[in-house]
Amino acid sequence: MLEAGPHGTKPRRIVSPHNIMLYGFLIVAALYWLLPLYVMVVTSLKGMPEIRLGNIFAPPVEVTFAPWAKAWDSACTGLYCEGLKVGFWNSIRILVPSVVISIVIASVNGYALSFWRFKGSEVFFTILIFGAFIPYQVLIYPLVIILRELGLFSTLGGVILVHTIFGMPILTLLFRNYFASVPVELFKAARVDGAGFWRIFFQIMLPMSLPIFVVAIILQVTGIWNDFLFGVIYAGTRNFPMTVQLNNIVNSTQGVKEYNVNMAATLLTGALPLIVYFISGKLFVRGIAAGAVKG
Amino acid sequence: MIATALFIFVGCSLWSVLYSFTSSKSLPRERFVGLKQYDRLFDSSRWMESMENIAIYGLCALVFSLGVGFLLAVAMDQKIRFENTFRTIFLYPFALSFIVTGLVWQWVLNADFGIQQVIRDIGFTTFEFNLLASREYSIYALVIAGLWQGTGFVMALMLAGLRSIDQEIWKASRVDGIPAWRTYLFIVIPMMRPVFITTLVIIASGIVKVYDLVVALTGGGPGISSEMPAKYVYDYMFGRANLGQALAASTVMLSTVLIILIPWAYLEFSEKKGDSHA
Repeated sequence: MLEAGPHGTKPRRIVSPHNIMLYGFLIVAALYWLLPLYVMVVTSLKGMPEIRLGNIFAPPVEVTFAPWAKAWDSACTGLYCEGLKVGFWNSIRILVPSVVISIVIASVNGYALSFWRFKGSEVFFTILIFGAFIPYQVLIYPLVIILRELGLFSTLGGVILVHTIFGMPILTLLFRNYFASVPVELFKAARVDGAGFWRIFFQIMLPMSLPIFVVAIILQVTGIWNDFLFGVIYAGTRNFPMTVQLNNIVNSTQGVKEYNVNMAATLLTGALPLIVYFISGKLFVRGIAAGAVKG
Repeated sequence: MIATALFIFVGCSLWSVLYSFTSSKSLPRERFVGLKQYDRLFDSSRWMESMENIAIYGLCALVFSLGVGFLLAVAMDQKIRFENTFRTIFLYPFALSFIVTGLVWQWVLNADFGIQQVIRDIGFTTFEFNLLASREYSIYALVIAGLWQGTGFVMALMLAGLRSIDQEIWKASRVDGIPAWRTYLFIVIPMMRPVFITTLVIIASGIVKVYDLVVALTGGGPGISSEMPAKYVYDYMFGRANLGQALAASTVMLSTVLIILIPWAYLEFSEKKGDSHA
């Protein structure tokens, strides 16, 4: 009796050379990306004697949270030993107004650019593209002069203003691109019904643009929180944001290096953007892709 | 609004360019000295080292982040399991500050406790991997850390590009029996040209600005072996009170960005007018 041949499509084997290569590549890559995070966490939970004896990849024998407490509360930056908490609250004080102000202005700008023909809108658009890519280094000093004239140099207000200015190009382009996808008929119908600039903005555009606001918030929160350059130049010593303080703690040349405290401090500084990233998931990807200026 | 943008982005840039022709020290002064600052700049060994470093860093960062980023995107596009997990892993460093990235890698590359020591402990006692103490290789420490932070972003952009390609193309090439790698090489990559160009411009303009990473990871050292142009500007502007010199350096940076940017902006935006409703 003849054996019946197999029917249907060939089942895909799970363990095939193709899959081994594919997952092998992905896993090796994942290790490269995960190791530093692992090393940070492990190191921050060890005591200094254990760090000196073991290697950086070994899990902690005796878990201690003392480095975390020290990093937050009493790590030294130069003369002061008040820990990262000072920088944390400075960063919050810089972050909240900068995010709110820049997004409010940029959303109106983007809406205006997208729906209202006004004199010079082409020029405005070109300047924004220019502003999104220009190296900050050419603007640093003129802005120092402007802030000095305004009496805002080395103040929270100054650094907030700078963040608002530098956030403007990318955010305006983001909102412009979003509003450009809104059907123009909607706008025309509202015009026919007699609605003006602001009424259309508040009653029609705002309610339907919640997702892009979330994207803008993600973009700005991570961007401003991670800033170092503007903080170090414009905020003034007493208002240094967390990144600047972190760098001062870790790269200070005085005293014995406490690697566990340094790593705890590094994790604390990275915590907020990481939380934003893990919560927002796909929106974050959309945000950075949108931030990647597309015409 | 237009006036403000014009004043700040264009006006301030022009101011910087103008004052790069003066002999300003700690305060701006209108004593014009022609191209003297630029002569000094290109005579300075530190600036030349910075230029060489950014060329190495830029080339490595571009090649590897585009190459690895694209390969990762292709791998992610094979209907794999745990796609979200892998994406989360590859992309999380992009949410971090360059300061955080720099400090982590400073620890991982630490000569006494880091990778070098771990491999020596396994038994390879003469193993040398001390990038941070090496004048020749410290720049590659910046490359490794920079790639760790940025490649996931490139992957995300590339993946979006791959996903936007019409599935019919894949069906057609499968019917014709063309192997997948050839489809990628000769059909998909040419179709993704706009994505590649946009990504290239974004990475390149990011590379020119690199500053925080250097401050956190190497501090420009050992010696001046990992100095970068943005750090040169900052140090001469605030540390050494030599404004004219700093502004000349920043003008060179601006020119570099414009050389990259103008052809791209021309390509990208000239044909897309009428994109907005206005």
